[in-house]
Amino acid sequence: MKAAAATKEKPIELLFEIGCEEIPAGMLPKAEEELRVNLEKLLAAESLSQGTTVETFSAPRRLTAWVRGLPVKQADVELEITGPPKSVAYDAVGAPTRAALSFAEKQGVHVNSVYLVQTAKGEYLAAKQVKAGRATEQILTGALPRAVHDLSWRKSMTWTGLNGPRFIRPIRWVVAVLDGKPLHVAVAGIAADNSTRGHRFLGAAAIRVRNFPDYEKKLHANGVIIRPSRRQEKISRELEAFAKKGNCRVHEDADLRRLVTYLNEYPTVIQGNFDPAFLNLPDEILVTVMRDHQKYFAIEKRNGELASQFLAVINSDKDPQGIIRAGHERVLRARFADARFFWESDQKCRLADYLPKLERVTYESRLGSYGHKVERVRDLARWLTEQWFNLGIQQAHVSEADRAAELAKCDLATEMVREFPELQGIVGGLYARAQGEPHEIADAVYDHYRPVGLDDSIPRNLTGCAVALADKLDSVVGCLAVGIVPTGSSDPYALRRAALGMVKIILERKLPLSLSLAIGAAGKALVSFKPKRSVTPDQEKKILDFILDRARFVFREKEQFAYDEVSAVFRSGADDLVDAQKRLSALRAIRKSRNFEPLAVSFKRIRKILEKAGVGLGVDGRANPELFESAAERELHSASQAAASKVQSLKRGGKYQEALEVIASLRPVVDKFFDGVMVMAEKDEVRKNRLALLAELLGEFTTIADFSEIGGEERLD
Amino acid sequence: MKVKVKLEERAQGLTFQDLILQLSQFWVKQGCVLQQPYDVEVGAGTMHPETFLRVLGAQPYRVGYVQPSRRPADGRYGENPNRLYKHTQFQVILKPSPADVQDVYLQSLGALGIDLKRHDIRFEEDNWESPTLGAWGIGWQVLLDGLEITQFTYFQQSGGIDLDPISVELTYGLERICAFLQNVESVYALRWSADKTYGDIRLMEEQQLSEYSFDRSDAAAIRSEFELHEKQAKELLDGFETAEGRSRSRYPLLAAYDHCLKCSHLFNLMDARGVISTTERAALMSRVRAIACRTASSYLEQLGEKQRALEVRA
Repeated sequence: MKAAAATKEKPIELLFEIGCEEIPAGMLPKAEEELRVNLEKLLAAESLSQGTTVETFSAPRRLTAWVRGLPVKQADVELEITGPPKSVAYDAVGAPTRAALSFAEKQGVHVNSVYLVQTAKGEYLAAKQVKAGRATEQILTGALPRAVHDLSWRKSMTWTGLNGPRFIRPIRWVVAVLDGKPLHVAVAGIAADNSTRGHRFLGAAAIRVRNFPDYEKKLHANGVIIRPSRRQEKISRELEAFAKKGNCRVHEDADLRRLVTYLNEYPTVIQGNFDPAFLNLPDEILVTVMRDHQKYFAIEKRNGELASQFLAVINSDKDPQGIIRAGHERVLRARFADARFFWESDQKCRLADYLPKLERVTYESRLGSYGHKVERVRDLARWLTEQWFNLGIQQAHVSEADRAAELAKCDLATEMVREFPELQGIVGGLYARAQGEPHEIADAVYDHYRPVGLDDSIPRNLTGCAVALADKLDSVVGCLAVGIVPTGSSDPYALRRAALGMVKIILERKLPLSLSLAIGAAGKALVSFKPKRSVTPDQEKKILDFILDRARFVFREKEQFAYDEVSAVFRSGADDLVDAQKRLSALRAIRKSRNFEPLAVSFKRIRKILEKAGVGLGVDGRANPELFESAAERELHSASQAAASKVQSLKRGGKYQEALEVIASLRPVVDKFFDGVMVMAEKDEVRKNRLALLAELLGEFTTIADFSEIGGEERLD
Repeated sequence: MKVKVKLEERAQGLTFQDLILQLSQFWVKQGCVLQQPYDVEVGAGTMHPETFLRVLGAQPYRVGYVQPSRRPADGRYGENPNRLYKHTQFQVILKPSPADVQDVYLQSLGALGIDLKRHDIRFEEDNWESPTLGAWGIGWQVLLDGLEITQFTYFQQSGGIDLDPISVELTYGLERICAFLQNVESVYALRWSADKTYGDIRLMEEQQLSEYSFDRSDAAAIRSEFELHEKQAKELLDGFETAEGRSRSRYPLLAAYDHCLKCSHLFNLMDARGVISTTERAALMSRVRAIACRTASSYLEQLGEKQRALEVRA
């Protein structure tokens, strides 16, 4: 199939707009992107995508596409249609048979214009057909509704009834203009035309448009900035202007900037004030009320303290009399008054007094209440700090970790956290501090939900690390033990995040810890405290794998180790993540050296030989020097014996790089061995002895990192 | 920042009772039946049978009514300027949902004297759900200069039943709107009438009912009342399954629903008393939901049978 020379016509463009009732701001960026991808796919499927550009934009009441460089119609396509084989199509004297005639007739061509083509099965009769390209207009009539229909929403709705259209919010108008003319198309039962609507209060209800530039200009005049990037620029410009004027700076919040960009068709920043007396409340609470509840930006003075002002983004062009400002100030005043009420009434009793109330807050039905969880977390926090103290970490205080774990979840029963759930942990820490708990403990409570992602920081002190680790360990072990296993995008108890957090805390704080022992301790806590759940050895292994999987991810994504380096080190064990990290660094350092890669190749070869011969590492006995037949064998044996003792003492001293260098220096003798020795010798004894030598070598020198994994192909996991 | 704020007409603003009158008149002009508040305790206007049951079935309907809504756990002994044991909603149901419903709603704000061009009005995503009624919808909270004044919902399910056609539910928070119009900080300072404040009329009720629901209610007695009402509702619903003929067409499903509402309110009382654990909470809610859902499907059956009988007679 090939395209016939397309008739050169001037390309045309499409303006397409879906007019809706307010689409949730958080969903617009994805919808905008998806609409673009859908259109590109549909155009590509119709061979219309060459030379076209698709751009999409959105505002609360509209999703808009601008497609440029469209051909007027699809190119004509020349097809070759094969008919009967030559033997059937022509008779003995080469005259066309009835079969040939009927083929020509069916294809609508004269029998003289059919011809023979060579195919894999022999010569066949063929005819040329030209398939006329369809008009772009006609194609779009079918494609546009599909592009809209195929948008995926988390939760769609119907606004008429069960048989009605479904979308994220009701569709109320559709604009489709192709090459300046309205395109006949209907979306969600609404016929498109060339009339759009402006801003609800700043614009006209019917605006005729000819093309995208005209549309953009007229919308702007009617109170809608269609390009999100322009809206964001306007917001940023105005935020900075206010900040500069007050010699302050905006409390940075990229998510909020993005949200207000998609929440307004014509964003304008206004400044409001609040009573400085509210500044007695902690900054965290003030900022949360402003950001999460009112979508206001907080302002900081040069010294970092909050100012008694806020910046609100309104969906209007002006507020000349300060009416809107007064309204927003009033709402914020009531919100702050509520927060102050909670701050005071929550603290009529001490934080620890909320502990009994946690009995009534369920963590997970099979794992009991938060009261039960606290018992387990305390036990684990004590266990962890005791381990660390015994390993010489002086700041590890069992009693402080125990106290912090006891208080950590208390804020879940306070009014403040009930009102502002996003402040869990933080509120507890603030109350603990206000009530005179030592800093170490208050900060530990404050931080113990951290880190909440790959880039979040870990708790600032060791007690916080102990509580955070204990809490996450209990969640991961407990949930996996009762069968809550994250699948795909579903991870309601955020277990992946918890495991990731554990790995980050261990690595960044360089904490010595055996993961398998820690899982064992968590299992013991689960079975000793109510509601007494048990963990099987098989589950313990799966839990370890689950955590190690996150560790691989951290090593690769955060520390930029290569895939094969992580595999090599993990194959030698990663129960102690800090140790694994040291081995990884040593491996990365030595990787560039002359001997390393070739030795890795040899090790890979050894592993394959052993696997093929069915020999395990170090289980088939040691090599017997008396059975060696060649110098190369003897040399390898003695060199490896000498290297082994050096490697062992270096390893004990934690000098992994030096140890790896010693191993790498074996390369010449290993090469010599493979050059001069046949492993699979005829004589049974000799062969077994050679295999034992190799098994010993591999067993001895892969405890830091298994070189045979190096240079392997990347697998997707 | 010393911009002088002209407080436009808000310096006076509508009284609480005039606000109710204005909204009532506006929606009556839109073809609504003006109904009265339901006389059983409810937590929201949605629970009034004029919403919960009327949105079921195909019959077009438009109704508006005031609904005092009791939320015992929100009580603050009359000491908090914004939180109430009982607040007042104005509820509108438009079935089926008209295409220009947002515009009509905005006109209703205009009817209250709010000049939309001088304010910041926004529809922000807020999907409403009532787990005890098996009801949910998609929509927004409407913000007026940052203040939530209305819940605007395209009802998708009621009593676990997919709705067809879709109704729009508008729930105005009257105290908030009135405080905005009068520019007062405390709900108790609102002018209810020309010479009475909200506090004059309602403060005592807030104090006493907060005191009752937080400190004095008899949790064990309430629990047994819950069981009794649940039992009666179930018995009534069981009876409908075998009822026939005339006794089926006039079968008192509405009474079963009243018992369901009682359960819901008693649940709220237990919750305010702090005697429900999180697990039990879910279990109790699902018991109320089960009655609500059975009532809805029985009601729909009864409605369909009546409809068919009428058609046959015609």
